[in-house]
Amino acid sequence: MILGLNILELFAQLPGAVAQGLIWGIMAIGVYITFRILDIADLTVDGSFCTGGAVCVMLIVNGYDLFTALMVSFIVGMLTGLVTGLFHTFFGISAILAGILTQLGLWSVNLAIMGKPNQALNVNNYNLLVSLRYLQEVIKGTRPFYWSPILVVGVFVAFLIAILYWFFGTELGSSIRATGNNQNMSRALGINTKFNKVLGLMLSNGIVALSGALLSQYQGFADINMGRGAIVIGLAAVIIGEVLFARLFRNFSLRLLGVVIGAIIYYIVIQTVLWLKLNPNYLKLLSAVVVSVFLAIPHWKGKLFTARRKGGSDRA
Amino acid sequence: MLELQNVSKTFNPNTVNQKVALNGVSLTLKDGDFVTVIGGNGAGKSTMLNAVAGVFPIESGRILIDKTDVTSLPEYKRAIYISRVFQDPMMGTAASMGIDENLALALRRGKRRGLRWGITAKERAQYKELLATLDLGLEQRLTTKVGLLSGGQRQALTLLMATLKKPKLLLLDEHTAALDPKTAVKVLEMTEDIVRRNNLTTLMITHNMKDAIAHGNRLIMMYEGRIVIDIAGEDKKKLTVEKLLDLFSKVSGSDEADDKLLLS
Repeated sequence: MILGLNILELFAQLPGAVAQGLIWGIMAIGVYITFRILDIADLTVDGSFCTGGAVCVMLIVNGYDLFTALMVSFIVGMLTGLVTGLFHTFFGISAILAGILTQLGLWSVNLAIMGKPNQALNVNNYNLLVSLRYLQEVIKGTRPFYWSPILVVGVFVAFLIAILYWFFGTELGSSIRATGNNQNMSRALGINTKFNKVLGLMLSNGIVALSGALLSQYQGFADINMGRGAIVIGLAAVIIGEVLFARLFRNFSLRLLGVVIGAIIYYIVIQTVLWLKLNPNYLKLLSAVVVSVFLAIPHWKGKLFTARRKGGSDRA
Repeated sequence: MLELQNVSKTFNPNTVNQKVALNGVSLTLKDGDFVTVIGGNGAGKSTMLNAVAGVFPIESGRILIDKTDVTSLPEYKRAIYISRVFQDPMMGTAASMGIDENLALALRRGKRRGLRWGITAKERAQYKELLATLDLGLEQRLTTKVGLLSGGQRQALTLLMATLKKPKLLLLDEHTAALDPKTAVKVLEMTEDIVRRNNLTTLMITHNMKDAIAHGNRLIMMYEGRIVIDIAGEDKKKLTVEKLLDLFSKVSGSDEADDKLLLS
């Protein structure tokens, strides 16, 4: 016991932090697709994360099976991305504002889906894919290890990364990467950049909604506020993953893995900060400060080394 | 091959910044024509190329490629016919993708991109051979990110990309202007070689009158959004910088533009 802090208490919290980090890591992969691949900061995710959770909980409560609930969450998430994509490409609204508009609209949509701000999903009444309860029971030994959310979500993440690795290696996926890299070149090579942006936004928000669906199961409820600040957590995971593994992970699939590990680290840090008895009200402030500092680092580095690194044009 | 019929374009219409960039331009290119385009700043050279490429819609007139009306086709659809090399070496390649990936993107210009693998082993072998012809050592660095290459290397690569899948029309927009003189000469030589070898119909903008005279079988000069000089065949072969300047002051009715042209 040092300063009234019990290190064992922190260790006891770690499995929960890892499980949550993994779930948010899926969300961070979605953010990576827009932020890093498409070069768009998409704020839709704050809304679509909750949409995924809301859809999943309502479907399960109404007797649909798990697979259907997850698939529909994914599809509805894609639709939210479609809306933002059309705002951006068809209406000509800037990407950030398009995301904010969708996010705002989704607040009402999410309330409409749930019928009230919070919908419980009792783990006793339904078969879930992941649950905090399962985690506790696995640790206690009353449930076999393969029910552990860490294992289940881990496998889920591995599948997701494999699929994305394949997709972004295809002709279509390559053209999406090219779109984020250099729009002028892409159009000159016959790539429909508008279509690709919409597709990328759909894919990203589908994945984000899937992550929301998993979190709502894990915590046993969907809440209208569950996605608030999701974009910042996603960015934090992306940046932590990049800063820590930039030299180690060059392959695309490893980079995605780095992002997931980034999310896990984020949640371990949060857990540690809570263990240090910081007022939880300051968590979001802390996250915002940490993310802005990490976002600033490449900029400051660039200023420090006068030899400017040349990138693709049209970064606006 | 390429036909511009009375094409006009005004930027910022009905504002104080209104600028007539193209003022009823008509131009017909035959198959295999290599046309150099000169003119001072703001003469409408780049606007004409961009209008052909479909970067923006034009106000009036028609653009035909091989008798197909492409006037209302968006930029990415015209890529079926057209390939381009830009002035800025950064603009023609994707910086954070590999040399091989960039070439693979270019090979699929104008084709439907589906869920087949984006690059095949057979292609890679082909790219190696082609890169070796550039004599820049790029064949050893197939997976290097293009962002790590120099401007000259990137421009040479862009040129290769532009002709990897033979276009009906090649548009070169001052593609050597941003390079150092030595590299510029090399890239221009490569251009000449590639255009001749593939017998490509080409429009090449240049700021350099000597280059404009030395290359191609036809030369056009633009002034205030119009084509004011059009010289081809034997006349073009006999052309000198002095003659060209002389011709230009007659057409434009002033000689103040001489300095502008020479200096730019």
